[in-house]
Amino acid sequence: MSANLAKGINAFKEVIDAPIASFFSSCVHCGLCAEACLFYTETGDPKYTPIHKLEPLRRIWKQEYTLLGRLGKLLGLSKPVTDAELTEWKPLVYDSCTMCSRCAMVCPVGNDMTYMIRKMREGMAASGHAPDGLIGASTRSVEIGSPMGIRLPAVKAQMKHVQADTGIEIPMDVVGAEYLVLMSSMEIINFPEYLGAIAKIMKQAGKSWTLSSEAFEATNSGIQIGASDIARVLVQRVVDGAEKLRVKTVISPECGHAFTALRWEGPNLVGHAYTFEVQHILEVLDDFRRAGLLKTTGFEETRLTFHDPCQIVRRGGVLEQPRNLLKLVAKNFVDTKDHGKMNWCCGGGGGVSAIEEAEPLRLQAFKAKKAQLEETGAKTLVTACANCRIVLEEGLEHYHMGIPVVGLTELIADHLTEGE
Amino acid sequence: MSHLDLLTFARGSALNWALIIFAAGVVLRLFEIFGLGRKADLAKPRTGSPGSGWRTIFTRSLPAEGMLKRDPVTYIGGYVFHAGLFLAIFFFAPHIEFFRSMTGLSWVSLPTALVDASVVAAMVALGVLLAHRLNNRVKRMLSGFGDYLAWAVTILPLLTGYVAYHHLFVEYTLMLALHLFSVELLLVLLPFTKLFHTFSLFVSRWYNGEIFGRKGVAS
Repeated sequence: MSANLAKGINAFKEVIDAPIASFFSSCVHCGLCAEACLFYTETGDPKYTPIHKLEPLRRIWKQEYTLLGRLGKLLGLSKPVTDAELTEWKPLVYDSCTMCSRCAMVCPVGNDMTYMIRKMREGMAASGHAPDGLIGASTRSVEIGSPMGIRLPAVKAQMKHVQADTGIEIPMDVVGAEYLVLMSSMEIINFPEYLGAIAKIMKQAGKSWTLSSEAFEATNSGIQIGASDIARVLVQRVVDGAEKLRVKTVISPECGHAFTALRWEGPNLVGHAYTFEVQHILEVLDDFRRAGLLKTTGFEETRLTFHDPCQIVRRGGVLEQPRNLLKLVAKNFVDTKDHGKMNWCCGGGGGVSAIEEAEPLRLQAFKAKKAQLEETGAKTLVTACANCRIVLEEGLEHYHMGIPVVGLTELIADHLTEGE
Repeated sequence: MSHLDLLTFARGSALNWALIIFAAGVVLRLFEIFGLGRKADLAKPRTGSPGSGWRTIFTRSLPAEGMLKRDPVTYIGGYVFHAGLFLAIFFFAPHIEFFRSMTGLSWVSLPTALVDASVVAAMVALGVLLAHRLNNRVKRMLSGFGDYLAWAVTILPLLTGYVAYHHLFVEYTLMLALHLFSVELLLVLLPFTKLFHTFSLFVSRWYNGEIFGRKGVAS
């Protein structure tokens, strides 16, 4: 056994806990999880069945943590997990799983496949079976500070542009501000309108906020590749930044997995509860709405629908907020058939959009989203995750659908009452 | 050995051993699960989700939105089989008498004709589910020896019970003994096959409900 494989197998052993043992014990091989997975429904290939993606982890569980399995191993009757097998499983564990958790919502025995994939990736990464795209993103995150290689000067340049556009000063490193605003690389590079929207909304709401020169990046490749040590370093940066500036609340941007990393995994990664709150921007906006701090004018007249980002909605619990906010500014809002916690993934979450070789499969899986959108007849698609947004834009362009994709925060900012 | 001797053995030491292995197996398997433990979740849960694990234990018995249409055979076959098996085990008068003799507890039985129909329905459902397992590409890929073994040891008690009750083919005493042996085989294998989901599903559903409930999502 190679040193890397041994490391990987050890990582598999370490991540197996009582929930995983109960999940594997309960599986009756009914195959219903496949029917919930866009990689299966859009390809018809049974290898994309969610529980099948976990087969090497299941065998490690059986061989190490059950009496019968251990007996089988002693007698040489069990099939060991090999490097060749993990190589074969790499596209199943990474390219074709966005960790969207739709399968975990339908499994009759309650198996949470995403919980297991997240942990299985620790062993895949440790054994050297992670995709190059995610290795690159993780390396850049640790060394440069962002998965897309963005440094502070790029953020400062964007601050200047936004200041010039909006006439609002963008605060940085303000000690004692109420909110620390984070961004995703995608927002810094592709969607600068997010920062402008925040500036306008905060000004109208009369809230103090700040960016941090040390913690501006919210994304976390560590949780996508399955390297908790990297994930911990990245979360710690945010924790340090927030504590240094003594903010009350850190705002996770329009980015799905950043929210999972900061809100749900973060305290477990750094080993203690936070001294501050973490809210997704939609939660903050909905709080403002309820407090009467969001004054909007006019309505979007076009038929529009909302794409629920998996990590924010199904795995994040931000279910009602986007709809409350959309009602403020849209007259013709229509939900897709499966929406909210049953929405179909864009196909690019969980790091999939960073894996170059996964692109053809991702575009094929996008047909699930395409069908869902076509059924609504919507002319505009709103979402609240920059990664979903770019993946949706690519998919819509690939299928010549001509539907613009808009960030919800930006949509709200466009309707703020002037002069407030 | 006469048929009566065989039945005496099936009702006596064979049953005792089967029950001992069953009980020890269930305890061992539960210990294998809970013994692994899990780390405390340090992320602050959303409020308003107490009891989410317990709720999911019940709500997961219903198909998720849109799923019934995607695979009606599995859902309907599954319901018919489980309901038929449950009625046959717990509401057939001779079974209740058997439980009373062992535990002192008894309850109202269902009319024999109804139980008979439920057994037939359960067997038909098992047949359909087996055919579905062999025909459906996903199920076929996932299936191994353990799946077919579990199917066989599940249908045997139903089949032998049906044959014994209707006095078909084989002499009744012998058939009753065979019925008991088939139940004992099921008891012995249950903890060590996927049939253990009878117990572990409560645990896995609870974890699912709890994991999502902390995040404010009803799962």
